Amino acid sequence: MKFIKNTGLIIFIIGLSVFTASIFTGSFSLTQQELEAFISDKGYKSKILKKELSKAIVTTDNINIFQFSSKVTAAFETSNTYYDVQIEKYGAEKNWAKKSEQYAYKIFGKPHSLSYELAKKSGKGFIKDNPGLSWFLTFGLGIIGALMFILPNLILLGKSGIKNDGIHQESATNRGWIAWLVLVYLVTFYLVLYFRPDYVVNWTFIFDPISNFLNGGEASQWFVYGFLYCTIMLVMGARMYIKYRHNKYQIIRTTSVLFFQIVFAFLIPEIMTSLNMPGYDFKSAFPLDYDFFFEWNIESLKNSGGIGIFILVWGIVLTLVIVPVMVYFFGKRWYCSWVCGCGGLAETLGDPYRQNSDKTLKSWKLERWLIHSVLAFSLLMTAVTLYCYFSGTQSFLGIKSQWIKDTYSFLVGAWFAGVIGTGFYPIFGNRVWCRFGCPLAAYLGFVQRFKSRFRITTNGGQCISCGNCTTYCEQGIDVRAYAQKGENIVRSSCVGCGICSAVCPRGVLKLENGPEDGRINPTEILLGNDIDLMSLINKK
Amino acid sequence: MEHIVIIGNGIAGITAARHIRKNSDKKITVVSAETKFFFSRTALMYVYMGHQKFEHTQPYENWFWDKNKINLKEGFVNTIYTDKKLLEFKDSSTLSYDKLIIATGSKPNKFGWKGQDLEGVMGMYHKQDLENLEKHAPNKEVCKRAVIVGGGLIGIELAEMLISRKIPVTFLVREDSFWNGVLPAQESKMISKHILGHHIDLRLNTNLKEIKADKNGKVTSIIIEETGEEIECNVVGLTAGVTPNIDFIKTSKIETKKGVLVDRYLETNIKDVFAIGDCAEQREAIGQRRTIEAVWYTGRMMGETVAQTICNNKTEYKPGHWFNSAKFLDIEYQTYGWVFSERDKQENETYFQWQHPKENKCITISYDVNTHKFLGINTFGIRMRHETFDKWLTKNKSIEYVLEFLADANFDPEFYKLHETEIVAKFNQENNTSILLKKKSWKRIFTKA
Repeated sequence: MKFIKNTGLIIFIIGLSVFTASIFTGSFSLTQQELEAFISDKGYKSKILKKELSKAIVTTDNINIFQFSSKVTAAFETSNTYYDVQIEKYGAEKNWAKKSEQYAYKIFGKPHSLSYELAKKSGKGFIKDNPGLSWFLTFGLGIIGALMFILPNLILLGKSGIKNDGIHQESATNRGWIAWLVLVYLVTFYLVLYFRPDYVVNWTFIFDPISNFLNGGEASQWFVYGFLYCTIMLVMGARMYIKYRHNKYQIIRTTSVLFFQIVFAFLIPEIMTSLNMPGYDFKSAFPLDYDFFFEWNIESLKNSGGIGIFILVWGIVLTLVIVPVMVYFFGKRWYCSWVCGCGGLAETLGDPYRQNSDKTLKSWKLERWLIHSVLAFSLLMTAVTLYCYFSGTQSFLGIKSQWIKDTYSFLVGAWFAGVIGTGFYPIFGNRVWCRFGCPLAAYLGFVQRFKSRFRITTNGGQCISCGNCTTYCEQGIDVRAYAQKGENIVRSSCVGCGICSAVCPRGVLKLENGPEDGRINPTEILLGNDIDLMSLINKK
Repeated sequence: MEHIVIIGNGIAGITAARHIRKNSDKKITVVSAETKFFFSRTALMYVYMGHQKFEHTQPYENWFWDKNKINLKEGFVNTIYTDKKLLEFKDSSTLSYDKLIIATGSKPNKFGWKGQDLEGVMGMYHKQDLENLEKHAPNKEVCKRAVIVGGGLIGIELAEMLISRKIPVTFLVREDSFWNGVLPAQESKMISKHILGHHIDLRLNTNLKEIKADKNGKVTSIIIEETGEEIECNVVGLTAGVTPNIDFIKTSKIETKKGVLVDRYLETNIKDVFAIGDCAEQREAIGQRRTIEAVWYTGRMMGETVAQTICNNKTEYKPGHWFNSAKFLDIEYQTYGWVFSERDKQENETYFQWQHPKENKCITISYDVNTHKFLGINTFGIRMRHETFDKWLTKNKSIEYVLEFLADANFDPEFYKLHETEIVAKFNQENNTSILLKKKSWKRIFTKA
């Protein structure tokens, strides 16, 4: 069994290494005709760009993606700089007509997106030619290796029950060097995915056939990411099934997040795209889905006929009615740990790291500041966007619509939710984004704290303050602080994962939905001690 | 300002300190020889097993004590001078008090076995025991086998700890089935089987004769009393119960027996000196409780109570209905009210028992054979609601009532398979009754006793 496990680990590392190394392979170049077709397709008017790109990437040399990227971005910058100088010059001359003419030559968008698009068209090499084999050598080996590593636990872990042996003694789960290595890998992965998509264009070639089959188009880096996301959740979901096989709540919850990720977040949007509809994740609610009210999205939905209007209405109803009503009845767990994709990844890939969340009072303070700031930020951004959309202006309250959208997308969308949110799993616990950043979680938190039937009931005086509940709370809630006082846990941040209840050795905690009355029950003296409480209260 | 000194920073002492602080601005000093900061003793096992780090066992962050003006003093009290209201420490320093609370807890029992103080022999109670175990049994290479003596709750926890590091364990138990002085046979049998299932070498009807050592005084083996068999081992765990940790008090004027004798207000024979927790001994038993109770929550309750008295609200210690819980490897156990083993139960007490055919789940309900009054329940592998049983015990409900409303008491996580129907069916069949199980009702659950 141990042998299978170790072999699995080696195979997994090989798969991961091939996957990582694959970005260095292949060569990228275009013919003059291909380049011109591309430029006219994009409607670029800049002569400089055309000239620079011809010089740079119309070649018979073998250039790899990094050289290719730097050449394309240099051409992009050269062109834009040239016209910026022109603009300034005509500005100084007060030649307004000429000045405004120059703007037509400027290229908008990000240099690495241009580089990505060109690379996607111009890539050649082993991966492009052998996507099936490449898939096997990367994803295939990764999946086989991971499963060989995980499945023997069915026997190795022994009888079913809580098996957390060694978690705080192993490098990978106790912030050791392995954990740091994983952090660096994940952070780099997200940085590249968000800011240097051209570097990983080779990965998209692996998925062109699958993407073609599903939606009729070639794969983008987001298709790769979506597929990877589902794969990781499934494989690590298998780990959850084994680890918590005695706990039906965990089994059903894991099944639920897997279903919503694969069907709602991945398959349905792909199929919708293939049917010429806007690809939409029906479970993703604003403000987590922060660009729902962006002009381009509203326009695209308005122009998509009946389904577009349905999505528009559904999105609004989801956020304003369905989400809060469900939180009233079941707590925010119905979303955060049963449906949400971010939560889904945290509960599968992130489960081995849940104990690393910070439990100090300080971090709770930081959490409240941060998460509510992000909520306020997202609402302000949306208000500005919508005002500008309906009034046709560029700014509101002195805030430029484009600026605030870009800033939010960059800071929150990419850095917080991606790079930090997932990248920091191994060191700061698996719910960094959900706890400190997610504006939807903040909104659901208000409902859960002030108007909900959900609570974690503390079982009278049974708590022995051992601290397993607190240790394994991914949201950094000091569960024990409530349990040892005999108080129910009603906290806005609780996502109802149910692990505190699972790890409790004395059967003290139960997640349940019941009458609001008596949900919050501060106690002076715990059940079992028959001090005359009335005389105590009267004295005060 | 009145100075309250508390000796011992376990759950009893710390609860007293916290509640005194809540209700007054008296000066509070907590003295401990074990650790500076309060930690949860019950979690020591999880540190060894790697479920937690030691810091996780500390329920309050380190700034908590300063912020709440609770002084922490590390030191070992040698003598209490009750006339001068003065404590003298091992290092000869002194500390005076106005009121003294003794909360020094327990220490592991040693019954005069030959070799009981050798290196590698230890209890599992103090933080120092954990450090000792980490030293002598860091892994299965250093510790090739461990022998545990005494089949109680700490014994099985120590066994669980050791097997988590794959160290082979021999478990010597005096009784003919695990813990059957306390548990009914059905449950004792189930746990014994479960222990064997974890590859623990459980030896029933077995006593320790002596522990042998090498020339350096390190444990090498033990000899079994009954058979004379020698078992090689590197660690011996002595877990045959605990006894009050009060040796240093014996020289003072404070009256002691096995523990520090206290009245119902937890006061000793000396005015302004109180004793709480494991080390306190009631002069007369309260209900069916023992005069000394080494249980987590009774320590806490005595702390809550003595704090009231000290803050001028003289309060009698009135523990309510008995309850407790434990975990035997993978099997959770809870009990509410009194269920005695076959050995200890009275004539009027009888059982209704149910056991799951495959899984490790069973219950025993004890009730009065004449009046059918519900006396208590043991539940294994099924969680039950403390509040609900407390209420039923207070209201003297019958076993029929308890079974009819058993669904209200279930505390298992959502979606778990429920067994109330089978349980009630079995009772009906055995007793020719026709109890109909009622559906769970939130209204009933929340109605106070």
